Amino acid sequence: MARKKIREHDAKQLLSRHLTEISSVNIALKSVQVTAETNLETLAKEHQWLNDEKLVVKPDMLFGKRGKHNLVLLNANFHEAQKFIKEKLGKEVEISGVKGFITHFIVEPFVPHNNEYYLSIVSTREGCMIHVSATGGMEVEENWDKMAHISLPIDMPIDQFDFNTAIGDKLPNDKKQKIIDFVKACYKVYLDLDFSLLEMNPFTFDPNGNPFPLDMRGELDDTSAFKNMKKWGDIEFPKPFGRTLYKEEQMVKEMDEKTGASLKLTLLNPQGHIWMMVAGGGASVIYTDTVVDLGYGAELGNYGEYSGDPNEEETYQYASVLLDLATRNPDEKGRALLIGGGIANFTDVANTFKGIIRALKDYKQKLIDSKTHIYVRRGGPNYQTGLKLMRDLGKELGVPIEVFGPEASMTKIVPMAINYVKDNNKSNNRGA
Amino acid sequence: MLKTITKAIIEVLNMDAKLFSPETQAIIYNFKANPVQRMLDFDYLCKRKNPSIAALVSPGSKGGIQKAFFGPKEILLSIYGTIGDASKAHPKADVMINFASFRSAYDSTKDALHKDGIKTVVIIAEGIPENQIKDLTLLAKKKDKMIIGPATVGGVQAGAFKIGNTAGTVDNIIACRLYRPGSVGFVSKSGGLSNELYNILAQTTDGLYEGIAIGGDAYPGSSLLDHILRFEKIPEIKMIVVLGELGGKEEYNIVDAIKSGKVKKPIVAWVTGTCASIFPTEVQFGHAGAKSGAEQESAQAKNKALKEAGVIVPNSFEEFSKVIAETYQKLVANGTIQPAKDVLPQTVPDDFKAAAKSGKVRRPTGFMSTICNDCGEEPTYVGIPMSKVVEDGYSIGDVISLLWFKKKLPKYATKFIEMCIIITADHGPCVSGAHNAIVAARAGKDLVSCVASGTLTIGPRFGGAIDDAARYFRDACDRGLQPDEFVEGMKKQGMNVPGIGHRIKSAKNPDKRVELLKDYAKKNFPSTKYLDYALGVEKYTLQKANNLILNVDGCIGILFVDLLATSNEFSKDEIKEIIDLGGLNGIFVLARTIGMIGHVLDQKRMKQPLYRHPQDDIFYGE
Repeated sequence: MARKKIREHDAKQLLSRHLTEISSVNIALKSVQVTAETNLETLAKEHQWLNDEKLVVKPDMLFGKRGKHNLVLLNANFHEAQKFIKEKLGKEVEISGVKGFITHFIVEPFVPHNNEYYLSIVSTREGCMIHVSATGGMEVEENWDKMAHISLPIDMPIDQFDFNTAIGDKLPNDKKQKIIDFVKACYKVYLDLDFSLLEMNPFTFDPNGNPFPLDMRGELDDTSAFKNMKKWGDIEFPKPFGRTLYKEEQMVKEMDEKTGASLKLTLLNPQGHIWMMVAGGGASVIYTDTVVDLGYGAELGNYGEYSGDPNEEETYQYASVLLDLATRNPDEKGRALLIGGGIANFTDVANTFKGIIRALKDYKQKLIDSKTHIYVRRGGPNYQTGLKLMRDLGKELGVPIEVFGPEASMTKIVPMAINYVKDNNKSNNRGA
Repeated sequence: MLKTITKAIIEVLNMDAKLFSPETQAIIYNFKANPVQRMLDFDYLCKRKNPSIAALVSPGSKGGIQKAFFGPKEILLSIYGTIGDASKAHPKADVMINFASFRSAYDSTKDALHKDGIKTVVIIAEGIPENQIKDLTLLAKKKDKMIIGPATVGGVQAGAFKIGNTAGTVDNIIACRLYRPGSVGFVSKSGGLSNELYNILAQTTDGLYEGIAIGGDAYPGSSLLDHILRFEKIPEIKMIVVLGELGGKEEYNIVDAIKSGKVKKPIVAWVTGTCASIFPTEVQFGHAGAKSGAEQESAQAKNKALKEAGVIVPNSFEEFSKVIAETYQKLVANGTIQPAKDVLPQTVPDDFKAAAKSGKVRRPTGFMSTICNDCGEEPTYVGIPMSKVVEDGYSIGDVISLLWFKKKLPKYATKFIEMCIIITADHGPCVSGAHNAIVAARAGKDLVSCVASGTLTIGPRFGGAIDDAARYFRDACDRGLQPDEFVEGMKKQGMNVPGIGHRIKSAKNPDKRVELLKDYAKKNFPSTKYLDYALGVEKYTLQKANNLILNVDGCIGILFVDLLATSNEFSKDEIKEIIDLGGLNGIFVLARTIGMIGHVLDQKRMKQPLYRHPQDDIFYGE
């Protein structure tokens, strides 16, 4: 939804392809992507420069600080590059506390340079903010006051904007005009392709005097996909680094993609004792907040949300996945399932409950075995019928189900659930 | 520089603080029936004098008129093809509610902002590109206009004006007392949670004055602060309730506005998303703007900043209603608020559909159907799901037996039905039905008219003898009449024996089609009792004239009686009923339609000119 990070290789390819179309700035960026599936011999045949030039190899995984983690190979020949890739591919690394496996590399020509410049274009409410300086590189943040910050409203005709004055003395005179031309061209691509972030830290000038981004980051506004299909080509939006989806998350993701409704699941702690199936994006955040605010975040098994009027079958399948997770690891302790939600506008509460009830019936024994208590709160069209169905179900299943409507506050059931979990926690250990 | 621009934009907000009143009327773009009716129900509930909808726009249409309920009565709403036409005809309508999709919302909103009469545009669609919204936002600011949304349900001014689907059902509107104004201004990102808050406000205060959901996007057309600044200027609003969320820096603008003295009314606020820290990596929550990441954009940081600026911030959402109640009570105690008096809303009649669903009313159905059902996951033919029909390789004959006779007939029977269709599909261009179809085709008529012209010719003299042959032969055979008794009996009544006789074919020049049918039946039918009887009759009639043979209609009709009798699926009464209903003539109508379509396509392909019958072929007897 909205801003999506793309790989450095893709960002560079998009930029170089469209810069040439849109402006006179010519940067024919050469880069290739290497994954476990890449045949390096074929690749070298298709891209002769890999054999002829000195190379740079970096993981292309949406994380930064690659140099600090010894993950950058500079000034290498193709043989050395291959060796480096073989060594690092599939290896687990920890970046800023997040662990993950290296799966993607970018390989590009090594450009020797003395000067490192900085450019970023960041989305703002009115348009964007351009930051540009002659002091790029690792210490860019320490040199923030040496940077020109230019705010551009979206309706500003870029060719009429006086960059010269706006930049003032923040860039050396000999390179100033060249950098302005480059910034303008990048801005045009940024706007035309609906980037929401473009950052080069640093960029330099190659031996031919053309601007050359050494490291680059890009984010696209994926809501504009409908008008950018051709320009973007077959673009990939990778998941954040270190986050491989659990099987169940993948299942829900696939269900979500198939329907007009919204079905979301993030598994937080498979051993947790508090599980949530909440209707509505806003409400689900508040339920999660409340569990965390009351000090039981570590016990929360999942974050999840269903909304946009899913039909009975979709709700049934979603609930089944969730119940399977929630009851999978029974122990001596009690656990709680929150079937929550605000007051719906037009979703028929009784209808959506039907799918959930079907799933609860399927999981009757597992719910009993895992000592699950269920807490329901919901309002909206036909809620009285829906709540009655839930009350009746409690009697039928022999599973305690506490049911509330709009007369109770939305999060009233959270402390109730927590108290149950707390009082039935024999080993006094709150899980992971 | 960013800060200067933000400030400039805030100060440019010169428009009237009140966007809505009980007189406000809206134009609905990309008209949807449900939200329109919900707005009108709200109007009636509030005892508005006129409906809050002035006109509807169905983009690209030629206009028209739409019926809708205003209370118990129906009213007419004009539909226009463009925003320009609607706005010109209804210059007082100053709100446009835009139900366009995310693909087209940009163009239609831009169009609306350029119309002088329209001051506020509400954009419902979710997923509009950020750059397009930024562009629209700047345009709106330049023109002193307001955008609410995108990705929102809208908002409501209690007792005055409701946008689209806001506030849910009539029951909920009554429960939240939204039919009359209270003293609280409410603004949030989430539309879904607005209802929850209206409920809380109804329980803890004298109710809502106005509530706006700005939408979940990162850069909504109007911000939380834009509406807080309006609320500050609206005298009826005595306190402001804000529900923010993690992501973005919008709440810091509120902090700045309070610090600079632009907002003085008491604000109660809560920023949701305090849970973000427990997630393994950054998470995109339900809203595009709600993305965890930077510390400054976290819910904790924003709640803290708001609290430090003097906003009343609870410790958790669970406490939100408590602090709202406390703040309200203080304002009542110090005389700032005179609690709004309650009034009785006007009762909106239940919609039939909703009432029926809840079991309150019932109504006899006007039609019945027993051969198929299209209500379930897949259509069925007499209870057999379409997937089974396809997977089990049902033939056309099988489908006809299901839909016409409500039975799955044995294979020899359905194959016979298909044979009849194949054999009678066409009989040349000269027969009257095909001829009429050809004449109509040459007159330039469309395919359906030409085929209708041909099929309407089918009757007692052309192709329509199947039923009669079946009826009379079955009757005679069942009564045990000898062939000569039967034929002479008919003659006495002045009737020809149906199914006997042909214009061209004769005993010496037999009809090949009849031969084929007879052979098939002899080989495959368990019994051909009725056919054998008919052949006896033919033997007798052939003594009278050489062309009084059993013709193809007769043969089909009689064999059908054999088929129905031998299939063991029908009682005698059911067989009689099928024949009396004219079901067997259907075989000829169906079959010959195939041939007629062929003739019509043939004529059209050859571009045959208008046919005029030659004058010399007509004897004028005047």
